[in-house]
Amino acid sequence: MTDQTLNAIERLALVKQERMTANLSKRYGKEKRFRFFGMASIVLGLTFLAVLLGTIFTAGFSTFFSSEIKLTIHYDAAALGITDLNDEDQVRLADWSQLVKQALKKRFPEVSGRKQLRQMNGLSSSISIYILKDRLMANPALLGTTEDLWLMADDEVDAYMKGQVDPSLPELERRFNDFQISLVDDLIASGEMKKTFNTTFFTNGDSREPEQAGIRGAMIGSLFTLLVTLSLSFPIGIAAAIYLEEFAPKNRYTEIIEVNINNLAAVPSIVFGLLGLAVFINLFHLPRSAPLVGGLVLTLMTLPTIIISSRSSIKAVPPSIREAALGLGASKMQTVLHHVLPLAMPGMLTGTIIGMAQALGETAPLLMIGMIAFIADVPNSPLDPSTVLPVQVYLWSDLPERAFVAKTSGAIMVLLGFLAVMNLIAVFLRKKFEQRW
Amino acid sequence: MASSSLFLILILIVIVVYVFGRKRSEILAQAVGGVRNLHSLPNYYGLMAAVWAAVPGLLLLGAWLAFENTVIQNMVTAGLPDHINSLTESELGLVWMEISNLQLGAISGASDPSYLAAIDRLEALRASSQIGKTVLVLSLTVLGGLIGWRLIRPEQKARNQFEGVLRLLLLLSSLIAILTTVGIVFSVMFESIRFFQTVPITDFVFGTKWSPQMALNAEVAGSSGAFGAIPLFVGTLLIASIALIVAVPIGLMTAVYLVEYASPKMRSIVKPLLEVLAGIPTVVYGFFAALTMAPQLKTFFENLGADPVSSESALAAGLVMGIMIIPFVSSLADDVINAVPNSMRDGSYGLGATRSETIKLVVFPAALPGIVSGVLLAASRAIGETMIVVMAAGLAANLTGNPLEAVTTVTVQIATLLVGDQEFDSPKTLSAFALGLMLFITTLMLNIVALAVVKRFREQYD
Repeated sequence: MTDQTLNAIERLALVKQERMTANLSKRYGKEKRFRFFGMASIVLGLTFLAVLLGTIFTAGFSTFFSSEIKLTIHYDAAALGITDLNDEDQVRLADWSQLVKQALKKRFPEVSGRKQLRQMNGLSSSISIYILKDRLMANPALLGTTEDLWLMADDEVDAYMKGQVDPSLPELERRFNDFQISLVDDLIASGEMKKTFNTTFFTNGDSREPEQAGIRGAMIGSLFTLLVTLSLSFPIGIAAAIYLEEFAPKNRYTEIIEVNINNLAAVPSIVFGLLGLAVFINLFHLPRSAPLVGGLVLTLMTLPTIIISSRSSIKAVPPSIREAALGLGASKMQTVLHHVLPLAMPGMLTGTIIGMAQALGETAPLLMIGMIAFIADVPNSPLDPSTVLPVQVYLWSDLPERAFVAKTSGAIMVLLGFLAVMNLIAVFLRKKFEQRW
Repeated sequence: MASSSLFLILILIVIVVYVFGRKRSEILAQAVGGVRNLHSLPNYYGLMAAVWAAVPGLLLLGAWLAFENTVIQNMVTAGLPDHINSLTESELGLVWMEISNLQLGAISGASDPSYLAAIDRLEALRASSQIGKTVLVLSLTVLGGLIGWRLIRPEQKARNQFEGVLRLLLLLSSLIAILTTVGIVFSVMFESIRFFQTVPITDFVFGTKWSPQMALNAEVAGSSGAFGAIPLFVGTLLIASIALIVAVPIGLMTAVYLVEYASPKMRSIVKPLLEVLAGIPTVVYGFFAALTMAPQLKTFFENLGADPVSSESALAAGLVMGIMIIPFVSSLADDVINAVPNSMRDGSYGLGATRSETIKLVVFPAALPGIVSGVLLAASRAIGETMIVVMAAGLAANLTGNPLEAVTTVTVQIATLLVGDQEFDSPKTLSAFALGLMLFITTLMLNIVALAVVKRFREQYD
């Protein structure tokens, strides 16, 4: 071999090596970029989660506090027009708002003029008159006496207290004018205004007045609905899972049932609403808006979830357990009920809780069966018209008052709180009872 | 007697029958030399007797409750004069409402003299129905209990019989899934067929104008409403594709990173966090889309100089829906990528490929059927999603491909058409069921195709 050819080969190798290094760094660059995209999408996903929860929590946090005004209430029989507290007509016709008006007038003696008086009286929430009435009826000795009471403020006052009103805006663009601001400032300066934990939010039903609206009605409605769902879907789901896993012969019919269950799990929830409307309400004439019907619809919806998860936990029980039981003379049914079922139970419970969490958050099918009506009363039974938490969120989100935005977010926080607890229980059950065979 | 107390009494009788049945088997056992000479344990004899007592009574009670109202209503309205009975179905419904309200005393003053006689008949029927129900159900229960009790003898195969009953119950439970499907198909089909009798199916599927509200006043000549569903299909597809454009890349890359790159610790933290996104109720997403996303997008695009952007843009709904289905895509993709055997990766590394090359050229092709089926399932989820679009997308049926305009979707229309009281013979209401049928068929097809793709193209490793 001559020097020349050697040189040529070396040169070629050199060129190839250069090309490869260049290529390699390009490939490593690509690798880096790919990795970066992966990281970026995770970060993006988590950011979405943070933004979503952050927006709702910042908007909803203020709902859990409400403003109260300290008023010196004089239970003046003359102003009420009551002579005898036992006379129902008198109590019904009495002008309870006079008590609040008088108290405010005494606090601000300088205010005069119809318009300003009306604006001053608007500082207190209209719920106070019911509170005063209940107080007096519970304790008739109060009539004619005077006491200091913390009474709920109007939602506009509340918004001002929470810094949601910007006093630098032109007066016409605010619903809360300079005069009212001066009154509230005065009250704050003298310590007659405070922010407390908002119990009304948890004890009241729905209301058109934002400061009086609460989620109790929706919570009880959700509770009834979930009770109906649980008491139907848990036994039926488990029974179906046991049959399909342990007893069903492997033939065309059971295969059809299986495919069916899998398909049902993917049917949009609103279609279940259509089914509920056509079958339960139109065919069986069950009452509209009732948790019973809601529970039935949600049962059909959550059954596939429960069946699928129950089946997998039955499958996880090793055959040796069954063989041991059968070997000792137990019948097939005894084997299943006495040995397989207890071992599979934690997994089934986990699946059921997850199904219930799904049902708790479901809205669309319940709109179809009329659980969307405005209902101020707290339901007493699964047959009373009611609404549920997510539907309450939907209803409030439509209302124009600013205070309802906070209410909506507050209701969402409560809903998410329940869901978090349910899922944590499921995770706990899974961790605690998970068995590796 | 109220049905609930009747039910309680029934349960009490059943318990008594169980106790007596058990006792009887024990007494009989003494004659044949102890419990060991019975065919089954005493418990099973009691249970079998209880089954005899419970089943007929419960069945009758259930049937009675299911048909009581309908039968009474038919008997009462049948007795009304002809001029009332010739009314349409919905008007008859109103008449019935008035009669039952009159009977309850909720309203006073009948609008037709014949109603007063109807009220009397109604009250008489209700009373006799109550008595009939109580007597029949209770006597049937007692009779069943007696038969069950009489049947007890040492050679009765009580355990086998009871297990047979249980097995039947299990089978019935598993049939509920089938019943649900049948129920969906029939309820949706039935009303859809009624709808297609008034509106031709071709107008519905190929029409480009949707304005069901016009159909309210059928008396106005020529205004039967417009039921062309194309704008709804286009709107649905628009929003669903925006959602998929967001969710598929992010979800896929997340799954790839978590499976191929992330340390086990990071995986155990990030995965549950992302699954929180899947657990948040859709109404929350809807609220977020309507209140935060839509105004932000509006100001953003108007600052860019776009035409006035609708505050109910398809983009806002689509983006938020995309966020919602990220965990759906990522967990499905996670499973299939995990299922690709490591030997394939090792082979690729051994030939000098980088990790990303291995993923793109080896793992992806192997996992493709699973990924495709995951995307199809995500699409079916996006098409069927209701609350986000109800809250964030519009009601106006625009036929447009511009994501900054308001569009409406199939689910939005179903929800708005059926919320509130509705009469069941107007095409406006029935059209919702036709839309539901379309939705059901579409999602069903997507699911079937997704399953078929996995079955057909899945590579069998190991």
